[in-house]
Amino acid sequence: MHNAPEFKIPIGPQHPALKEPEGFSVALKGEKILGVDIRLGYNHRGIEKAAEERTYIQDIYLLERVCGICSHSHSTCFIQAVEEIAGLAVPSRALYIRTIIGELERIHSHLLWLGVAGHEIGFDTLLMYSWRDREVVMDILASITGNRVNYGMNTIGGVRRDINPEEKQEILNGLKILEERTKYYIEIATQETTIIKRLSGVGVLSREDVLRLDAVGPTARASGVKRDIRADDPYAAYGELSFDVITDDHCDVYGRTVVRVKELMESYKIIRQALEKLPDGPLVVKAPRKIPIGEAISRYEAPRGEDVHYVRSNGTEKPDRVKVRAPTLANVQAVKHMLKDRFLADMPIVIAAIDPCFSCTDRMVHLKEQDCGSDKVINWPSLHTYSIEWHKERGIDFTQLNKKLQERFTR
Amino acid sequence: MGLVKKIVTWARIKSPWILHFNTGACNACDIEIIAALTPRYDLERFGVVLKGTPRHADVLVCSGPVTKQIEDRLRRIYEQMPEPKFVVAVGACACSGGVTDGCYNVASGIDKVIPVSAYIPGCPASPKAIIDGVVKLLASLEEKEEVKK
Repeated sequence: MHNAPEFKIPIGPQHPALKEPEGFSVALKGEKILGVDIRLGYNHRGIEKAAEERTYIQDIYLLERVCGICSHSHSTCFIQAVEEIAGLAVPSRALYIRTIIGELERIHSHLLWLGVAGHEIGFDTLLMYSWRDREVVMDILASITGNRVNYGMNTIGGVRRDINPEEKQEILNGLKILEERTKYYIEIATQETTIIKRLSGVGVLSREDVLRLDAVGPTARASGVKRDIRADDPYAAYGELSFDVITDDHCDVYGRTVVRVKELMESYKIIRQALEKLPDGPLVVKAPRKIPIGEAISRYEAPRGEDVHYVRSNGTEKPDRVKVRAPTLANVQAVKHMLKDRFLADMPIVIAAIDPCFSCTDRMVHLKEQDCGSDKVINWPSLHTYSIEWHKERGIDFTQLNKKLQERFTR
Repeated sequence: MGLVKKIVTWARIKSPWILHFNTGACNACDIEIIAALTPRYDLERFGVVLKGTPRHADVLVCSGPVTKQIEDRLRRIYEQMPEPKFVVAVGACACSGGVTDGCYNVASGIDKVIPVSAYIPGCPASPKAIIDGVVKLLASLEEKEEVKK
């Protein structure tokens, strides 16, 4: 192994180990990973820009499609910001329903992750088991919201559909099945030798590294960092419900598995409480079509971690700016760190362990200079100067026009 | 030669190998495609097997509007597939651009880049719709073979 040559292999954008298009350039020495370059942006659709061109109501549905797995997270996070700007008091029944849907979404996302993780370590039986059980929660979501994914439940000032007593019973029946199955998964995750041996010591991320790299969600919690927006900065109805923030001190992929599986049990607890306490009252307050001038930041604990939305309004019916910071963007730096000096065979499971969602993440202008390898982020003034120079080289001079325009703006 | 060809066609229709490629989707259609392959819906009972490389695939299942970055890759993947090849567009975005139609980085719809044989609408397309689409595609191939005879 000492004399093994160094070489680089590209993984992605289309690769059997990846569920989404993203590129990794892995520098290897033998089987050992020397460094990883992550190339994002294959999924960049320009949703933030599109949000500025659509009305607030249309944006709810647009932002729901930032990510198909945590769709309720993104739409809730967005309308929380809008509601804050507009100063709307959302009825508590709506807040409880949002919480219930949010937790059902977490269940479906964590079960999905468990299956994918099983698949990545060659344990396909676990994939088939957990995806079969996931159908139970998908059925519940379909009957409450009318769609299996992308629920369209939120509207500015409340929710669009109610949960009636029959649906309540259906949720409780479903939870009973899921709880029993989850106990089985906890047993597998904590006792099955194959899983413990395969996942222990893989993708290690120490507590200090979590704080330094700012990892979020289950990735941070598996390294003993108690970081959960539901408890730290309660939104929706979480302030009135009691639940534990699950942490683990294994700091590796095994710890992340345990955290996610145990979080399922907390989700059942939250849903049961929320259904029991579900207050009577209206579902929605009337929201103005034009949102007054203002700005707000909203945080939401998505299944993958903290999701942040920033909304700035300009008094019209369309937002001035919407910014999305998805949890994977916070965690993807940690992956680079986790993979260093590990073996290539661990790569799929280490990447899968942060539960990446690249469709959430791909939304920034980030240029990389190929020859010198240094990163450069172009800001607006330099991009502006660059475009003037570019046109000048091609025989069109915008310098005078630009000067005139700037004079007019400063006046 | 005739017999060999007949067997190959029969095998292809009875057991199409598919390649799933995310062309910038939001993951919703992707998880529904995987859900269609897992026990509840079990697309494998029609002989459909998910493959990892375009060189093994008969059917390319695409989800999502084509982003500018992925456009070139999609073309390359399509070119790598052996003939005869078929493309299935899953979801509203893959069919016509969906909510992201008109975004600056999106080519809106798979058929703007490569020819598409079957469109499965829905946001996201439910596993039932995906199974229906695939079965209809297979049935249409069978008919085509019969017409040729």
